[in-house]
Amino acid sequence: MLSNGQEASTVPMPADWRDLVALTKPRVLTLVVFTGLCGLLVAPGHLPFVLAFTAILCIALGAGAAGALNQWYEADRDAKMKRTAGRPLPAGRMSRETALHFGVGLACFSVLLMGVATNWFAAAILAVSILFYVFVYTIWLKPRTAQNIVIGGAAGAFPPLIGWAAVTGDVAALPIALFMLIFFWTPPHFWALALFVRMDYANAGIPMLPVVAGEAVTRRQILGYTSIMGVAALAPVVLQLTGFIYGATALVATAVFAAMAVQVALRRESDPAHMGPEKRLFKYSVLYLFLLFGAVVVDHWVLAV
Amino acid sequence: MTPEEQKLIQERQRVRARITALVLGALVILFFAITIAKML
Repeated sequence: MLSNGQEASTVPMPADWRDLVALTKPRVLTLVVFTGLCGLLVAPGHLPFVLAFTAILCIALGAGAAGALNQWYEADRDAKMKRTAGRPLPAGRMSRETALHFGVGLACFSVLLMGVATNWFAAAILAVSILFYVFVYTIWLKPRTAQNIVIGGAAGAFPPLIGWAAVTGDVAALPIALFMLIFFWTPPHFWALALFVRMDYANAGIPMLPVVAGEAVTRRQILGYTSIMGVAALAPVVLQLTGFIYGATALVATAVFAAMAVQVALRRESDPAHMGPEKRLFKYSVLYLFLLFGAVVVDHWVLAV
Repeated sequence: MTPEEQKLIQERQRVRARITALVLGALVILFFAITIAKML
């Protein structure tokens, strides 16, 4: 179904540029760019400013491309969810073909530019992250299993690896530790959200954990994965990959995260209108990642002096 | 197609053409800067 007069007219309505930007999920990009930038900043070695800028630009464009292809594939499902019904494709403001061309074009361009500007190893990781998000997460896992965001979380964990690889041309223990941190952070982050938009996912037929296994199981799983995330968060300091600034930040921030996760785990509320702690945990989880990655960089800069 | 639709299409084409020009200009500068940075 098309709007903007596309049915009545033989000339298709060109997509508004703002809708093309919306296709890239700009809000998600901030976290992706930030974690990628942190990976780049803590990597040993020097990258000229313009090349570092290009590397971060490529991470942003690659993530935007993955977001666009995700929206292209999920347009029908997005139309059934209140949270996503206003996106350009389900709202009928853009043709699916435009979204597909935009996504594929942006993906190819970001990978090629990364290869030319930095190195082909970083470009390869970027390509893998885009392909993983589109094929493994969006097409394969998301509509099939409640473990979709557990395994699919790897897609969002690649940016620090890419940022690091853009500088060094390889990967090391610290970026792998940062990858693991995002990987284990993803389940409590998304399941906190899934608790209060459960009906949306159920209506769209997406087998998120609260839909398939119920809220009680989801709450327990949030707590379980928060424990593993806590270990992943403290691993860099235990392995002496970072110093005390990161260690103290990780300890305090993770303790707050754990306290919120315990509160969520102990509740039995099923009305989304009364899910204040769940919404707080979701919001705090975003801040948490910003805090820890920021601390890695501050730690690296301060202790390097 | 109604005149309003035609006007809207032309307006969007104009804006997109301007943005495309700006993006291409920015890419020219970026590729020039990358070339210089890689030569140093």
